Amino acid sequence: MKKKNGNYLLLATAIIVGIVFINSCKPKNVSSATSGDAAEKAYVAPGKYDEFYNFVSGGFSGQMSVYGLPSGRLFRVIPVFSVDPEKGYGFNEETKPMLNTSHGFVPWDDLHHLAMSETDGIQDGRWVFANGNNTPRIARIDLKTFHTAEIIEIPNSGGNHSSPFITENSEYVVAGTRFSIPMDNMNGDVPINTYKQNFHGTVSFISVDKTSGEMKIAFQILLPGVNFDLARAGKGKSHGWMFFSCYNSERANTLLEVNASQKDKDFIMAVNWKKAEEYWKAGKGEKRNVTYAHNVYNENTHAATSSMEKEIIMLDPKDCPDMVYLMPCPKSPHGCDTDPSGEYIVGSGKLAAIIPVFSFTKIQKAIADKNYDGMYEGIPVLKYDAVLHGEVKKPGLGPLHTEFDDKGNAYTSFFVSSEVVKWRLSDLQVLDRVPTYYSVGHLCVPGGPTRKPWGKYLIAYNKITKDRYLPTGPELCQSAQLFDISGEKMKLILDFPTIGEPHYAEAIPAELISKNSTKFYKIEDNTNPYATKGEKNAKVERKGNEVHVYMTAIRSHFVPDNIEGVKLGDVVYFHVTNQEQDWDVPHGFAVKGANNAELLIMPGETQTLQWKPDRTGVFPIYCTDFCSALHQEMQGYIRVSAAGSNVPITYSTGTNQPKATQ
Amino acid sequence: MKNNSLYLISPLEGHKVIMKKLSIASRIIIAVTSLAIIATYFLPAWRIDLFAPQYPEGLVMKIWLKNLTGDVDIINGLNHYIGMKKISIAMFYEFSFLIYLVAAFIAYGLLIAVTGSRRILFSYLIVSTVGGILAMLDFYRWGYDYGHNLNPDAPIKVLGMAYQPPLIGHKKLLNFDAYSMPDVGGYIIISTVFIAAVIWFIEYKKK
Repeated sequence: MKKKNGNYLLLATAIIVGIVFINSCKPKNVSSATSGDAAEKAYVAPGKYDEFYNFVSGGFSGQMSVYGLPSGRLFRVIPVFSVDPEKGYGFNEETKPMLNTSHGFVPWDDLHHLAMSETDGIQDGRWVFANGNNTPRIARIDLKTFHTAEIIEIPNSGGNHSSPFITENSEYVVAGTRFSIPMDNMNGDVPINTYKQNFHGTVSFISVDKTSGEMKIAFQILLPGVNFDLARAGKGKSHGWMFFSCYNSERANTLLEVNASQKDKDFIMAVNWKKAEEYWKAGKGEKRNVTYAHNVYNENTHAATSSMEKEIIMLDPKDCPDMVYLMPCPKSPHGCDTDPSGEYIVGSGKLAAIIPVFSFTKIQKAIADKNYDGMYEGIPVLKYDAVLHGEVKKPGLGPLHTEFDDKGNAYTSFFVSSEVVKWRLSDLQVLDRVPTYYSVGHLCVPGGPTRKPWGKYLIAYNKITKDRYLPTGPELCQSAQLFDISGEKMKLILDFPTIGEPHYAEAIPAELISKNSTKFYKIEDNTNPYATKGEKNAKVERKGNEVHVYMTAIRSHFVPDNIEGVKLGDVVYFHVTNQEQDWDVPHGFAVKGANNAELLIMPGETQTLQWKPDRTGVFPIYCTDFCSALHQEMQGYIRVSAAGSNVPITYSTGTNQPKATQ
Repeated sequence: MKNNSLYLISPLEGHKVIMKKLSIASRIIIAVTSLAIIATYFLPAWRIDLFAPQYPEGLVMKIWLKNLTGDVDIINGLNHYIGMKKISIAMFYEFSFLIYLVAAFIAYGLLIAVTGSRRILFSYLIVSTVGGILAMLDFYRWGYDYGHNLNPDAPIKVLGMAYQPPLIGHKKLLNFDAYSMPDVGGYIIISTVFIAAVIWFIEYKKK
């Protein structure tokens, strides 16, 4: 009996010891990864400004978000490729044309990358460009107003992923197609298994007007049917060149995860765009009939126009020697990043165990020496060893993207091993590594893609968050993590959630943008054809079955605010002009039963809401943006009568028109 | 004084007059400062600043000889809530003659410089002081009317509250801190008169 008890005691002890032991083998709590002074470093006191603006792609939200660094505070979500009922974007008559394409109105897209405008390889804070992945488009956002100013559709493209990447004087923004497809000017109704014969890739060079920023597709380059992934412009000594990563050199059209991972090496494509520009100007390109939309927003009319372009100039490398070269790069390269000096091009094979770093000087020599490793679809392939600066050994698993600081260091993200690795460009030595939570994609160092990185911070944009935040059901936020990189070691100082899925982002010193920020629109500059300047000009006009309400909004009333004479079957247009001329006094406008959204009208601006009443009755209208102490009084009525009714058009504010009857 | 004035108008006794006239330095200073007043045609004379929690950057109304500038429209927009009149140039009849008044004042100063007359200088100081008081009374009268004569249909009515801006200095008006003070042009005029007074005092002590 006694012995039996002793055995039980031993067993219990063993179990307890075992549990303790197993638990001690679990990884340490991740919260220990932040340093002691993290809060202080990321703290921006109330009323104080952040040091940097951080423009972050919104991924499948189709929008772009604007954060402050180092606080991680969200300032604004700029609607770009997706409608935004909050701001009336894509719902009001003025912005509907922004989302027009050759496929008609496309109210959503997938915004992956952005590129800030540069002068002499330094961020100039004028514009930020962004790509629409799904229905290929490039947008330009004006950083005076934080409005999407222009959207251009890209023909001969499917999955506009390899874009937008910008040259050092904003001469061109490039757009490379991820999917190779049958070209737009041929009959695309071909069997998919004829991929190798009928499918091509293209990269587009979009010129940017130096003063207006207006985009124009200068030329496209016709390329073999591979997948273009990412790109980067040369800078400094390599200015005039553009580098594109490409995968699927196997040219598979099904089960790419296996079939496009067969070859040991895919390519980084080097394009001498200065040469391409010469060929284009010399008329070496072929005119092709295509259709693509070009949408421009006008800050004076506060309205967009959409026009259809019909032509593209296509350059074929076969007719244009010395324009395109391929460099072998291990295992399906993703990131393709040029360092601030322009000498090094860092390729990141998603499945590779090393990071190859190419040398621009060696590339030039290999081209001069014709040091080729054969041809790929008529394009010379440079010898790997001849163009290689060196390989970063054992950096981690699944390298994706590389950013650069101002001290000669590179930072590469690793999706599979979920970490950021800091290494030195000169000797390719790994200096530091930090974990990310979890599975980092893109990285951002302020000024990181330019000739002049501002350094100081590194932001990791993660694809997975799991347990990092309070759970919100099955759909969780994605996140950014801010690291202080001013010292030898990277230090995690802040986590913050993001909208949609953050892909690429850029950060810029705040004063480069804040000093130019528009406070309000001058009403005398408003040339919207439906603008109402002054309450005395407010009116209601019938044009057939259209009723146009020329309405003013000022604290705290609309003119007119009582409207009669609308009939069922009419289409009513509320053209609301905000009369205010002061900072931060928008007015909103909404009408009951509208099938679209609200208007949110900035001071001096005119916006138009279309409304098709579906029944007779009296419908409330009101201001939706808390504008003043009497905001709640900013309201009115619109009466809808039967189709055959003889109620005349009348309108008023302050007095009854028609007069009240007893 | 009486004797002095006699000498002044007697060209035959010029040697005595020189002693009683203003020194050349004083006359030059008066000429220069009087001419400096020309700047008030190009600079605001008075300013009213308003600060509120929602307006940390402040709102300003600048009063010129014949114009108003600054955030007048915004101030009007805010003031309509409490039933104040719309401030406009037409509201100030003074704008129709202030430029001539100031021109006369400059001429007055130049007259002192040319004649070197202590008597005219003295009258100048009297006229300036009386003029200044009248100007402030006129400004007070406008401010009183603007602050008290409110639209009875105003959306916001605070019992017993008037919104007369301060004549000079600071006053709290609901959520606003109002400051009324001279602007550059005003300071030039004030300085001119002040310098003239100092000169008169120095000359008076010379005997």
